Amino acid sequence: MNDTLAGWLQALALIGALALSYRPLGDYIAHVLTTPKHLRAERFLYRLGGVNADVDQRWPVYLRSVLAFSAVSVIFLYAFQRLQSHLLLAIGMKAVPPGTAFNTAASFVTNTNWQSYSGETTMGHLVQMAGLAVQNFVSAAVGIAVVAALIRGFTRKRTDRIGNFWVDLTRVTVRVLLPIAFVFAIVLVAAGAVENLHGVHEISTIVGDKQSITGGPVASQEVIKELGTNGGGFYNANSAHPFENPNAFTNWLEIYLLLVIATSLPRTFGTMVGDKRQGYAIVSVMALIWVASVVLVTVNELHSVSSTAGHAAGGMMEGKEQRFGIWASALFATSTTLTSTGAVNSFHDSYTPGGGGMTIFNMMLGEIAPGGTGSGLYGILILAVITVFVAGLMVGRTPEYLGKKLGSREMKFASLYILTTPAIVLIGAGTAMSLRGERANMLNSGPHGFSEVLYAFTSAANNNGSAFAGLTVSSDWWNTALGLAMLFGRFLPMIFVLALAGSLARQQPVPVTTGTLPTHRPQFVGLLSGVILIVVGLTYFPALALGPLAEGLH
Amino acid sequence: MPSSLPAAVRNHLAALRMLLVLTVITGIAYPLVVTGIAQTAFSHQANGSLVHLNGHVVGSSLIGQNFNLMKNGKDTGKPDPKWFQPRPSAGGYDPLASGASNLGPNNADLVKTIKERRAAVAAFDGVNPKDVPVDAVTASGSGLDPDISKAYADEQVDRVARARGLDPAAVRKLVADNTHSRAVGFLGQDYVNVVNLNLDLAKAG
Repeated sequence: MNDTLAGWLQALALIGALALSYRPLGDYIAHVLTTPKHLRAERFLYRLGGVNADVDQRWPVYLRSVLAFSAVSVIFLYAFQRLQSHLLLAIGMKAVPPGTAFNTAASFVTNTNWQSYSGETTMGHLVQMAGLAVQNFVSAAVGIAVVAALIRGFTRKRTDRIGNFWVDLTRVTVRVLLPIAFVFAIVLVAAGAVENLHGVHEISTIVGDKQSITGGPVASQEVIKELGTNGGGFYNANSAHPFENPNAFTNWLEIYLLLVIATSLPRTFGTMVGDKRQGYAIVSVMALIWVASVVLVTVNELHSVSSTAGHAAGGMMEGKEQRFGIWASALFATSTTLTSTGAVNSFHDSYTPGGGGMTIFNMMLGEIAPGGTGSGLYGILILAVITVFVAGLMVGRTPEYLGKKLGSREMKFASLYILTTPAIVLIGAGTAMSLRGERANMLNSGPHGFSEVLYAFTSAANNNGSAFAGLTVSSDWWNTALGLAMLFGRFLPMIFVLALAGSLARQQPVPVTTGTLPTHRPQFVGLLSGVILIVVGLTYFPALALGPLAEGLH
Repeated sequence: MPSSLPAAVRNHLAALRMLLVLTVITGIAYPLVVTGIAQTAFSHQANGSLVHLNGHVVGSSLIGQNFNLMKNGKDTGKPDPKWFQPRPSAGGYDPLASGASNLGPNNADLVKTIKERRAAVAAFDGVNPKDVPVDAVTASGSGLDPDISKAYADEQVDRVARARGLDPAAVRKLVADNTHSRAVGFLGQDYVNVVNLNLDLAKAG
């Protein structure tokens, strides 16, 4: 079989597997989010946690629960890292320095998993398992909880209640993430990933040199890192590391896992709003953008477009693994940056200007194709709201989406949502570039160096976590600036989403008339795709022109 | 929970309790159960796919290693012609320094390094510089890549056979034994595992 055919087949097999998962997983999540019945085990957990699981919350209460849980998580994770040398399974690791500990705590709680540390020399096993990996589960569940609240805003009428955060959080963790993670963790180990509690042990190699073989509960963390679109690697090399991702099969499986929840959530949405066509329209937009991006990244990498190093080497294999090759690396790179995962199986800094530039652009789109667990769907639903509004302006009608009027209050929240992330990215990157010392942390110079800085703030503010990793980010300034970018980039949008949910839930739905814009037809799929590219894409055009575009045209 | 506390404090206490409860489930029980099953059912993989020579652990088939000339137990940094050579590594095949070079696609230093590697590999293997395959002149993502392309392995056969006084056909057979085609027929690309290949060479004497 030739490379091209094999390359297409692995993408097609992925699409097939995701399509097969769409209905069962989407409907199952809808059931989990709507059933009135608690499991007995869950009742026990609520009692231990001391929360009332039987009343729905108003949106400010729901929001305060999200923020309280996240604030407590940041403090807990910070303290955990600072104290790790006194705890079990530290395998000789010292206390994590304050700047790195803050950055890492913010990073994992916000589902970003940006890593300003190197796993194999910084984190003991207990922090990895009971600190970092726990946030892999719960930060993913928080994202799904928030989108569940938004969907309830559309489905409920004349109420100020949008659900119970503790119930959503617990159910998603226990009924959705945990069982899937458990099954595929075993599959990963069977396929070669490591899972043990050993520390580092030194061996004598075949030629008699010394080598340190690392251990760790890797597979169990690897699975939830992908499934929860987190992306924080157990080791510095992330999913390029053979212990995390031993072969091309595990690689394909990991790409599937990082896409599957976000691509199935539109089904959850369609099922919950009682019109499955709405879900198909949303997932179609996601698929269009994903396919276009896969093609663009792959073509750039295959042909070493605008890369002198690629031409000198005879291909773009710098930073890529032999067992994966170009196709499987480009597929992973596209999927990880179009979701909020940020795991990498190859290093984007060495990608072509076009391929690497696309990974930045993917994140800039707001990670909505399909996006992070929950955050992808609420991101694209906000853009759908804006699309309906724009279409309403064209024909001079008050816009409505799924029977809910989009008045000035709703549009304010949607607009604030859209403006938040670009503001963080552009202010952050601009500030870093204006400070000589911080700018000096670039590894590469010229436009590519600027791309490293732009990538860092885009990744942090969009909660992606991947990097043009040449940039040195372990200084206090970078740890603090990117830590704040992650926190604001995660929680400000959530405030606007929940406020919008509250505002929608209060309304009495308006009946569909001939003047209502249908939001399930190809026309809407086209409109929404256009709005995404124009509204979001153009915001960043000047920044992209200074980085990847300048480098590509040079 | 005492209702006399302010609502904000009660809210954060509940949050902390829920976090601890979920930590026990997802952070302690889950990884330990997975580890238990992994160690029972798949202990070879779970412990890092370790490989042995003369009864000693000499590495992992998943983690590449250097095959340089050794002098007084020290790595000289020069490739040993008796062994198949792996890809360049940004971290010197040290698992405590996994990662890539992160040099950009138009980085002048990277271009220079690639040209130097090409000349060095061509001279070492006695081939035309333009025939040196891409994986021989580029550093991997992990810095621990245990694999090379079939083309790079084939290029090294004659040099290894000569250095060891072996029949090239015998060496070629070992390469074939350690060549893997795409997973499931279409995933990833073909590769030759250098650790296992050199281990077979060592066993062959």
